[in-house]
Amino acid sequence: MKSDRKETLAALKRNFEEVEPPFSKHDALDEANRCLYCYDAPCIQACPTGIDIPSFIKKIATDNLFGSAKTIMSANPVGASCARVCPTEELCEGACVLNHSTKPILIGNLQRYATDWAINNEATLFHAGKPNGKKVAIIGSGPAGLSAARELARMGYKVTIYEAESEAGGLNTYGIVSFRLPQKISFWEVEQVKKLNVEIVTNTRVGVDISAKEILEQNDAVVLAIGMSSVPALGIVGEDLDGVHDAIEFVKETKIAPIHDNLYKKRVAVIGAGNTAIDAATCSVRLGADNVKILYRRTLAEMTAYDFEYEFAKQDGVEFRWLTAPVEILGDEEGKVTGIKCVKMTLSEPGEDGRRRPVPLNDSEFTIEVDAVIKAIGQSRYIDLIEQFDISHDGGVVTIDSESYQTSNSKVFACGDCIFGKGQGEAMVVSAAQQGKASAISIHRSLLKETIETA
Amino acid sequence: MADLSTNIAGIKSPNPFWLASAPPTNSGYQVQRAFEAGWGGAVWKTLGDPILNVSSRFAAVSFNGQKVAGFNNIELITDRPLEVNLKEIYETKKKYPNHAIIASLMVEPKQEKWHEIVKKVEEVGVDGLELNFGCPHGMAERGMGAASGQVPALVEQQTYWVKEVAKTPVIVKLTPNITDITATAEAAVNGGADAISMINTINSLAGVDIETWNTIPHVGGKGAHGGYCGPAVKPIALNMVGECARNSRIDVPISGIGGISNWQDAVEFMLMGSTSVQVCTAAMHHGFRIVEDMIDGLNHYLDRKGIASVNEIIGKSVPKYSDWGDLDLNYQIVAHINNDVCINCNKCHIACEDTSHQCIEMLTGTDGKPYLQVREEDCVGCNLCSIVCPVDGAIDMIEKPNELQPMTWNERQEAIANISYVANSTAK
Repeated sequence: MKSDRKETLAALKRNFEEVEPPFSKHDALDEANRCLYCYDAPCIQACPTGIDIPSFIKKIATDNLFGSAKTIMSANPVGASCARVCPTEELCEGACVLNHSTKPILIGNLQRYATDWAINNEATLFHAGKPNGKKVAIIGSGPAGLSAARELARMGYKVTIYEAESEAGGLNTYGIVSFRLPQKISFWEVEQVKKLNVEIVTNTRVGVDISAKEILEQNDAVVLAIGMSSVPALGIVGEDLDGVHDAIEFVKETKIAPIHDNLYKKRVAVIGAGNTAIDAATCSVRLGADNVKILYRRTLAEMTAYDFEYEFAKQDGVEFRWLTAPVEILGDEEGKVTGIKCVKMTLSEPGEDGRRRPVPLNDSEFTIEVDAVIKAIGQSRYIDLIEQFDISHDGGVVTIDSESYQTSNSKVFACGDCIFGKGQGEAMVVSAAQQGKASAISIHRSLLKETIETA
Repeated sequence: MADLSTNIAGIKSPNPFWLASAPPTNSGYQVQRAFEAGWGGAVWKTLGDPILNVSSRFAAVSFNGQKVAGFNNIELITDRPLEVNLKEIYETKKKYPNHAIIASLMVEPKQEKWHEIVKKVEEVGVDGLELNFGCPHGMAERGMGAASGQVPALVEQQTYWVKEVAKTPVIVKLTPNITDITATAEAAVNGGADAISMINTINSLAGVDIETWNTIPHVGGKGAHGGYCGPAVKPIALNMVGECARNSRIDVPISGIGGISNWQDAVEFMLMGSTSVQVCTAAMHHGFRIVEDMIDGLNHYLDRKGIASVNEIIGKSVPKYSDWGDLDLNYQIVAHINNDVCINCNKCHIACEDTSHQCIEMLTGTDGKPYLQVREEDCVGCNLCSIVCPVDGAIDMIEKPNELQPMTWNERQEAIANISYVANSTAK
């Protein structure tokens, strides 16, 4: 390898180091002492997992970091990840009463400070409960699955998690860009769950390597936390060209393989404007792309990415092209992407989802020259697997009882991204964690009831 | 998890955290809420002949924007009828048999008055008594509280009267408004006290409003001194606890009070000789829930130290607390500035230059960048630079080994006396 290429690769690699620096002890103490320690605090209400935020902050102020980390992690089994990826402006920090007087407490940074302490000090925060003889299988080891597993293990259940990938952690391990969430944080959270005697069977795709029927027969309850699948096809010409990527796979690549220079000095178009699109775009910038454009058929107002992500992408130099829809991906004779043909759109009446529908403008076609196209228009569903469990769903969104997370099969509970959509659930990591917890409690209630009845 | 259970002179509680006799322990409702929150004990707001209170009773001192650095009050003892308090104590004790309820008492310095109230409160099942010889305002003007507590003979006499009839342990609560607290502590011990508690509040005026020229607080334009407490008084209280703990004539357990706001403060008081600690201001600032972190933090601290019971830390720092004359004159530390951490605010330089020993130099490196350096030979190791330094780790105070044998002032004086003696003898 030529040394300048080596240097380039090293520089690109550094681009993927965590962006946000950690709080120093001084930062943490200043910020913790600034917290008012409100009673019945709105930040707690705003946290989907209900972390006792004033309490964990108070514990930072008194240097009780073990207690602080425990307060966080007991409410949220993926609290170290959430410290980094939660849209705090829309949750806890957005609810902070200091928004009305000065500026809100930086709760996410403090949460990271406390959980980092637990990580660096190898603290054992939880222990497995006394075995109660009941078995639960969890399909998927992402935030929802891990959270359910942690709670069940603490209550004494024998828990087995089945994971299709080679490592556990789901989205937190594979799907969130390293510069926001390093993999080691996700792995630590996985370790915490493993320490409670939870068995995580990796490289095992349920429905292929083991059947749904077997799992149902072998366990007292099942938690479906399977998340979502790959990005669906755009349905346009040129999608198979060399240089067209699935955003999920594209981000995953940056987390599991050595950082490459395939996009160095290249031009990239990302299609879609959700959180994954932002991740793909900012990853492209960090891989050295000269120009990265996000093409979105609607406008800023309809975009599903969080404000802070939009700001982050803009500061990374990502260009946003609103009201722009791709109609064809162009390639050269070698089958490599050379450009993308688009049309300008306009917004018409609101559609079923309440968002104004984009419609093409006549004679508005134009071409953007690009070397790569990344598709980030949402994710498809594991419908086959859902059907193997023979449970009701709506276009791949598993139907659940909103209180108990129970599916149409009373033995099967579902949480996380597989229940998100069609007006149901939330797509945040922190919501998945809460749903996992809630599923565990429901299982405990339902199996406990069973025990009482048989007794 | 460590064992936090505490026994002070026979009064047992699940943990060493008690609420001090003060507004938070005014009623059964409050004390029961406190026990629910986790407090191990409560010293009921002082019982005595009901009094009249004024409106506008509290004031606090903020320091650089931090609220309640110190707290001042002119509230008196309970203003509720004795019967009501006794009924609520009875109910609360019945509901929380394992928590400590201590009745704080204050009556006129008369034997029969003390006998009467002691019998009444013990009848409803209190675990102990705390004699309030400390309240500095209102009651003192009537010959009670601090007025009694400042006269060792009165402390001893009244403690003795109480002990004549008391069946439960008697704690004597001492006032800090005195030159030497060991004098009254000793008097309490001589009177038969089973334990002492300190400190009560310190005479104070929270402030003056520079626009209206009113005192803070004022009652319709007029003020009177109050009692000061909260974080600001902690060092004063800690010294008084330490002075009593290391005094061999004061051989009873101590309940520490004074600015304890968190588990770390509690540990400090226990290391300095407190068996239990009492809290008021922090609870008034944040509510009873603060005890959760106190218990949690203490537990993790003990676990981290590998200590099985909180009782094992009581008094562990007392042998390290001594008189100035016993300090080694030949021990030496010097300041060392870590330039990679230093942010060049120059506060250490100006503090040293203007107010200490002029040994921190402002220099410029060969790269043109400014840096600070200690001239060690002139540094007396006063700590001032490290105190004013805003950055953790920028200034270390480092031990400077020397050839000299340890020598205290007392040893030195003794040695000089011996030399003079020898010289005188030789001269003869």
